[in-house]
Amino acid sequence: MATATADFDVRRNDSLGLRIQHVLHANPVLGPLAVLIVAIIAFSIINGRFLTATNLSLVLQQVTVIATLALGQTLIILTAGIDLSAGAIAVFSSILMANFATKAGMPGFIALVLSLACGTAMGAINGFLVTRIKLPPFIVTLGTLTIFFSLNSVVSNSETVRGSDMPSLMTWTGNSIPLGGFRLTYGSIIMLLLFGLFFYSLGRTAWGKHVYATGDDVEAARLAGIRTGRVLFSVYAVAGLLYAIAGWILIGRLASASPNVGVEYNLDSITAVVLGGTSLFGGRGMVLGTLIGALIVGVFRNGLQLAGVEVVWQGFAIGLLVLVAVSLDQWIRKVKT
Amino acid sequence: MTTPVLEARGLTKRYGRVVAIDGSDLSLYPGEILAVIGDNGAGKSSLIKALSGALIPDSGSIFLDGNQVHFRTPMDARTAGIETVYQTLALAPGLDIADNLFLGREERRSGTLGSMFRMLDRRHMRDEAKRHMSDLGVATLQNIGQAVESLSGGQRQAVAVARSAAFGSKVVILDEPTAALGVKEGNRVLQLIRDVRDRGLPVILISHNMPHVFEVADRIHIQRLGKRATVITPASHSMSEAVAIMTGAAQPPPQPVAP
Repeated sequence: MATATADFDVRRNDSLGLRIQHVLHANPVLGPLAVLIVAIIAFSIINGRFLTATNLSLVLQQVTVIATLALGQTLIILTAGIDLSAGAIAVFSSILMANFATKAGMPGFIALVLSLACGTAMGAINGFLVTRIKLPPFIVTLGTLTIFFSLNSVVSNSETVRGSDMPSLMTWTGNSIPLGGFRLTYGSIIMLLLFGLFFYSLGRTAWGKHVYATGDDVEAARLAGIRTGRVLFSVYAVAGLLYAIAGWILIGRLASASPNVGVEYNLDSITAVVLGGTSLFGGRGMVLGTLIGALIVGVFRNGLQLAGVEVVWQGFAIGLLVLVAVSLDQWIRKVKT
Repeated sequence: MTTPVLEARGLTKRYGRVVAIDGSDLSLYPGEILAVIGDNGAGKSSLIKALSGALIPDSGSIFLDGNQVHFRTPMDARTAGIETVYQTLALAPGLDIADNLFLGREERRSGTLGSMFRMLDRRHMRDEAKRHMSDLGVATLQNIGQAVESLSGGQRQAVAVARSAAFGSKVVILDEPTAALGVKEGNRVLQLIRDVRDRGLPVILISHNMPHVFEVADRIHIQRLGKRATVITPASHSMSEAVAIMTGAAQPPPQPVAP
């Protein structure tokens, strides 16, 4: 026992690699943050236009939808699950919102609330299948992904609804406040507030502790008296709501609601979470990391574009980053205590 | 004669054609450490699970302080004051010691912060966690905010035992608490078990480790073929006699020992 308590004295004799491993194990956000900072410095050296207010506002706008999706995805991955239907729920919610407000002629506020409720219900369906029917999240969300995309085409009739045809509340998320040359959209503000909210609820409430405990070891959590089924269900439902909000932000971003966007959103949201240092094995990670992860994706896409790298190679670079991030996660998990 | 704190009469549990417990009895008296030993498949685990609410027996009854109880979930048993430390410990490795001590029983801040914003009272929980840990003489832990995964096996066991001692008001059940530990840590945990008993909580100890059982137990319940074969004491029988009864090589004494 005595040796284990003298934890910090032992570290002094460790190699640099081991010490880095320990620091990253204790502060999982440091790795992604370092990548983000290095990327920003590198891209601003390559192209002077990168670090301008105009460009940075563009990066943030591009990141907002993915970051909001990734926030919901983080909750699910923290419980050792995965949600392939994230983007599908977001796009379907945006289509419902637009059609409620135009074809069904509902007032904007009603259409918004109703479609957010629909998004929550879609998440709840995932949650029901995972917790009650006990199906693996991967299969459940693969199924619902296909179903939601199909319903999406049915409801929208594969037609895009223009923003100008909708009540102004729908596209409000795309409006922005100028801060000098920087334009901060209301969508980005909503996204940042949501990150703040979940930073708080994961770290400072019993629900958050239960999410971590359930993801870490579901059997242990159950034996400790946590109603793990309820926790999981709540996570899927809340994620559904977050995706629907992302759908609302998406309308503002595109100034339209289109059923044909967002195919890549499902995987991009997972990418952001993984880059942010959240472990796919559950129980480890922070929403702050996810925000950084989403920014890394945005900064890479934008920076590579400014550097003149072709679009096809951007995907290559992001994919490589993901593999590095996952390998790093494995290495950190093997930390010796 | 005193009433047992916890008593089981004629508990039976079948899984299809397999009989896990076959009309088993058990009695635990105030202020004692009752060890439960038995060969693999003797029904120890099922018996303990029935007492801790993790398993619903097909028939038989359980009495707590003389009153019949019906546990349908582990939470029911817990609410009734029976705390169980499972072999797997049921700790969340990523969370810190204080979080684990209060896992599933978190305390919120008073006022609006607690009721509206659901904010946890972290300082209070940490102080309480420190107090519980040092009550059991586990003050070697330097930091209550340390993640459980960074602790040694014995320290983790200590956290789990402290949790059960802190919240158990009637009975603490320990399932193989020394199985995965080295000699030094094992002895440390045995002392912990005595400390729990000396604070007035009777303990049920399930163990395969005969020297440990004979060292701490006040009475030893021997489970065989799904039934209670007998109850002995470390004074009345030797270790090899206990093993002989356990395996069926010797006839159990007819009358179980009462404390």
